[in-house]
Amino acid sequence: MSLPIIEVRDVVTSFGENLVHDHVNCTVHHNEIYALLGGSGSGKSTLMREMILLERPQSGSIRVLGHELSTLTPLEAMQLRRSWGVLFQSGALYSSLTVGENIALLYNEYTDLNPKLIEELIKLKINLVGLPPHAKHLYPSQLSGGMVKRAALARALALDPKLLFLDEPTSGLDPLSSRQFDALILQLRDLLGLTIVMVTHDLDTIHHIVDRFTLLGDKKAITEGSLQEVLAVNHPIVDYFFQKGQHGIAR
Amino acid sequence: MQSVTPASLVITQQDVHTYIVCSGSWTIEHLSDAARNLETLLPLSNITWDMRGITDIDSSGIALWQLTNRTFEEHGHRCETIAEGEDHSHLFRLLYSKPLPDTPMPPVPSWLYRLGKESYETFLGVGTFLAYLGEAFVLLFYTLRHPHLIRYRSIGAHIIECGAKALPIIAISAFLIGVVVAYQSVVQLQKFGADIFIVDMIGISLTRELAPLITAIVVAGRSGSAFTAQIGTMKMTQEIDAMKTMGFDPFTFLVWPRVIALMIVMPLLIFFADMVGIFGGMVIAQIHSHLSFSEFIHRLQGALALKHYIIGLVKGPFFAFLIAFVSTYRGFQVSMNTESIGQYTTKSVVNAIFLVIACDAIFSVLLTELKL
Repeated sequence: MSLPIIEVRDVVTSFGENLVHDHVNCTVHHNEIYALLGGSGSGKSTLMREMILLERPQSGSIRVLGHELSTLTPLEAMQLRRSWGVLFQSGALYSSLTVGENIALLYNEYTDLNPKLIEELIKLKINLVGLPPHAKHLYPSQLSGGMVKRAALARALALDPKLLFLDEPTSGLDPLSSRQFDALILQLRDLLGLTIVMVTHDLDTIHHIVDRFTLLGDKKAITEGSLQEVLAVNHPIVDYFFQKGQHGIAR
Repeated sequence: MQSVTPASLVITQQDVHTYIVCSGSWTIEHLSDAARNLETLLPLSNITWDMRGITDIDSSGIALWQLTNRTFEEHGHRCETIAEGEDHSHLFRLLYSKPLPDTPMPPVPSWLYRLGKESYETFLGVGTFLAYLGEAFVLLFYTLRHPHLIRYRSIGAHIIECGAKALPIIAISAFLIGVVVAYQSVVQLQKFGADIFIVDMIGISLTRELAPLITAIVVAGRSGSAFTAQIGTMKMTQEIDAMKTMGFDPFTFLVWPRVIALMIVMPLLIFFADMVGIFGGMVIAQIHSHLSFSEFIHRLQGALALKHYIIGLVKGPFFAFLIAFVSTYRGFQVSMNTESIGQYTTKSVVNAIFLVIACDAIFSVLLTELKL
């Protein structure tokens, strides 16, 4: 197995007095769907924001695609940012642009391809995420919640990244749309060879598509591994989260 | 990052057949040269792609290949591909699983249609504003019959926010207006040796027209925009809906406290602007015409009839009413997207300033006709 895609070592984060991460570790391998799991306020979103250079940890090291984030030059950071795509929780589509323009923005800024080819690529991406073709001309305010997520995914995939970050991809969707979105993510992983890191607390998503995950809680990474491995761990937070012994997914 | 050979191609013509031998990395960062090359290729013959040399391909590479094929096929030529990699055919099947129909832009309606639509919407807008005013007054009368519903605390808070905290900016604006008027008139009046009339000029023009107007404009920009943004944000976060479900009427809780506070504060601000503006004029009169402060004030007592000053103050509540109502009304119009809050704040300030000036014009005409 080659080098891990993301390696988080001894990360400490605090906001003022409030300690969020106390020496957190985790490792993401190539071509896996990896989830950061935890209750509200457990710092899972913060950890992802640190991976995508939106926040800085107080100490510790994060390596993404072989680059140590704390020692990046601005130029390297620019290049690194182009090698991943991010899907934000609320989509974060630019509301003054149509879906097509949201996607085109990246091509126009970062490539010198001719307009015809860009047009073709926009159509491909819209098709790929399962949006109807006319969605290209719609503004974000005209889309439903599920369509916003799909459009944002199309934008995240615009530059064909090999690494994709998803922040609560199924939150705010009805159960059926959630499962469809899960299926889409799984399909993209298999066919495009993506590595996917997501923040989620949708237990169905974890059950169906996630390969490995880290359970965060109590400022620490409590355990890491596949669902079977995690369920074997005896820890109150694991019990609480998966409702062991009740109607949860642990049989 | 490791070194990658960019996408390249060798084009050879044999009789009526074109062979395109591709190599390198056909990924988005490395594709631009190949794309430019293919663009110059005229669709004149059948083509055969040789894809053996491609090390890496992504959706942009596939799109370029397909786009070129389509151009050639439209001209009646055949295209075939040999030795495509497994990745390649995989990706192709994924991307082109469904046909890609052309979706034309939705047509832009004609100017006549848009003009009609705009006019109709403006017309409706006046209607909804009147309905808004009507609803507000119904609730005002209801509140007046139940005085315990009046939000004294809220009114007080708005008086501090819109009145006391506006004093510095109003002082600076009024002082500068006084200075400007004095400067402009002193030059003209000196030509006739009528320097002393600068007192009349400043006294009357400031108290009657300029101080109320400048105060209203500053208040519209400062408090009007704040009202719209506050109420708009509350609307976006569903706080207004929450208030309604709890039986707190937005008019008694949000609109009337702001309107009343502004109506109380406005004449006071105008009075303050009068004082500071006249002081600005006095400073210039002393520097330019050597008219001492005591002479100025002595002359002012004779020159400035009380009615001018009172007319200026009376305008205050009217201006305040317009500003507060337009800005709260625009706040309630904010919808669920992030752009609309900026849009309606702009509209609110523009509307408020326009209404203030229009109202001032009506005052001028009426009072002149009444010989006041």
